[in-house]
Amino acid sequence: MYGINMAKGFLVTLKNFTKKPFTVQYPEERVKQHPRFRGEEFVWYEERCTGCASCAKYCPLGIIEIVTTPSETAPAQGDKYRLELFDISINRCMFCGLCVEACPYDALYMGSGFEQGQYSRKEMVIDIDHLRQADKHPSTFFRPQLEETGYDPRGGRPLHWQDVGREGWQWHQREKMGMRIDRPVPADLIPSDPPVDSSFVEDSPALSASKIEGDAE
Amino acid sequence: MNCVLGSDNILNDTVLYRVIYEAVGNVLPCGLSYVVAGLAMMMILVNGVLVGAGLFSWVERRLIGRFHNRIGPNRWGPFGLLQPMADLVKLLTKEDLTPKSADRLLFAIVPVAMLAPVILTMAVVPFAKDTALANLNVGVLYILAVTSITSVAIFMAGWASDNRYAMFGASRGVAVLISYEVPVVMSLLGVVLLAGSMSLDDVVSAQNVPFLLVQPMAFFVFLAGISAELNRTPFDLAEAESELIAGFHTEYSGVKFALIQAAEFGAVLTSSAVIVTLFLSGWSGPFSEYFGWAWFLLKIGVLAFMFSWVRATLPRLRIDQLLAFAWKFLLPLSIINLFATALEVYFLRDDAGTLATSDLWVMAGINFGVAFACLIIFGTLIKEKVRPARLITGDTLSAVEAD
Repeated sequence: MYGINMAKGFLVTLKNFTKKPFTVQYPEERVKQHPRFRGEEFVWYEERCTGCASCAKYCPLGIIEIVTTPSETAPAQGDKYRLELFDISINRCMFCGLCVEACPYDALYMGSGFEQGQYSRKEMVIDIDHLRQADKHPSTFFRPQLEETGYDPRGGRPLHWQDVGREGWQWHQREKMGMRIDRPVPADLIPSDPPVDSSFVEDSPALSASKIEGDAE
Repeated sequence: MNCVLGSDNILNDTVLYRVIYEAVGNVLPCGLSYVVAGLAMMMILVNGVLVGAGLFSWVERRLIGRFHNRIGPNRWGPFGLLQPMADLVKLLTKEDLTPKSADRLLFAIVPVAMLAPVILTMAVVPFAKDTALANLNVGVLYILAVTSITSVAIFMAGWASDNRYAMFGASRGVAVLISYEVPVVMSLLGVVLLAGSMSLDDVVSAQNVPFLLVQPMAFFVFLAGISAELNRTPFDLAEAESELIAGFHTEYSGVKFALIQAAEFGAVLTSSAVIVTLFLSGWSGPFSEYFGWAWFLLKIGVLAFMFSWVRATLPRLRIDQLLAFAWKFLLPLSIINLFATALEVYFLRDDAGTLATSDLWVMAGINFGVAFACLIIFGTLIKEKVRPARLITGDTLSAVEAD
């Protein structure tokens, strides 16, 4: 019949009319964001950072600039370098997250924000003061320990440096107090004797141990 | 009570005018109070139409937003109600440009010529009992005459702009308006036949059964025709913002653009008012003695909702499809409707020439049958005309060249 498909079209728009609108009223409400979203505003925990500059070395664009000076106590005894400069020029950042993957101490995290628009390029360099004062809403990108706790970056609660590491925070505290740390080493990782055989055919420690015993006889 | 209108004066039927006239007549001389009362009515009419147009622009944007699964303007004022004010302020503060090579006089007249017919149409529409500004005995003719001024205004806009896109839009608009005027008039003749009068008051009082039920085909033809004359989707070829920048009002900006927009939105309201009066029994309904205006506004709201619905749903037609729809589909339908109505009136009316309510119900049944038959017949006829588009190959090209 003539016009039947037109009627179907009218029904489609009428169905839309009865639905809830799709619109998100942006400044008041936001789209629910994935916890692994790699956003602006890097989250940096100064207490965890040793100034090793791994992030700067791994950055493919070389936009992280770090200047450190050795501290008074010896770094070999657990103290860290003092940071003079930590600039991330975020205007060239491509948010690949390699700096976060490179950080050995879980001190650098991707942020969860997306509202750092500025009027000039100069304002888009995040310096060390900015990093210190910024809200700590780390993204869970490459940080499985945050995902396991069900943490949501847009949940509103900033995370303290003691909550974010892969290991217990007492470890860091004792290190900061200048104590030597006796790390508990698992027993099966301690070699009883250095391996004698240089062929590297047997890689099972039990087998190699029996072989060593046999050689001794 | 110094001044009293003569009973032969057509303004005597308008309650509001009479009240104002007699109140002012206590202070001023009669001749002057005649003018003052007229100016007061004009103020009410013009402001009513303009405020209504502003309100409808908000209503339509909200409605279309909901049809598109959006929210629509909601930032300024409660529910975004002040959005038309914001738009108006924005347009008033913009520069009012006139192209260098434009016909300055014509260019400046156009917004007024667009807006005037919209306001003039409301003059004869009764929006409650005895409230038409002028109860003309040729009301239907008056409406047809006044609304066709719009086509002249559109062509003036296109011509005066000295812009080829404006000219394209204007020539399209004139073609559409001329084509659709014919079926619109033909479909109105059925209503006039039933009412036995061209006065809109008589048309309303004749609708014991709403003419929507008695004349379903005429209603459909009139609705399609009027939305083509309003330049609204799916018939908005004169503007066609995706093809011709803005069609006939390409060169208009600032205040003039605001007036043209107000005219377009107001035209929807006045056309809805005309349709309500002619087909939906106007202001009559339960308690219409005192709440006629509420019924009138309610019915206008329903029609405006429908216009927005159509605009949100249907895509734009091509110009040849548009003209074919008018000449090949709507015109035959309106002729058949007129013929059937004339036969029914001839056989069913009594000696005094009036139709009883039961006769109207009989006619409603017959006309619905006719409408359904026409829909099926024309549907199959039109379907046979539609062929799949052929691929242009070397053979067809050479055949064309041979021709």
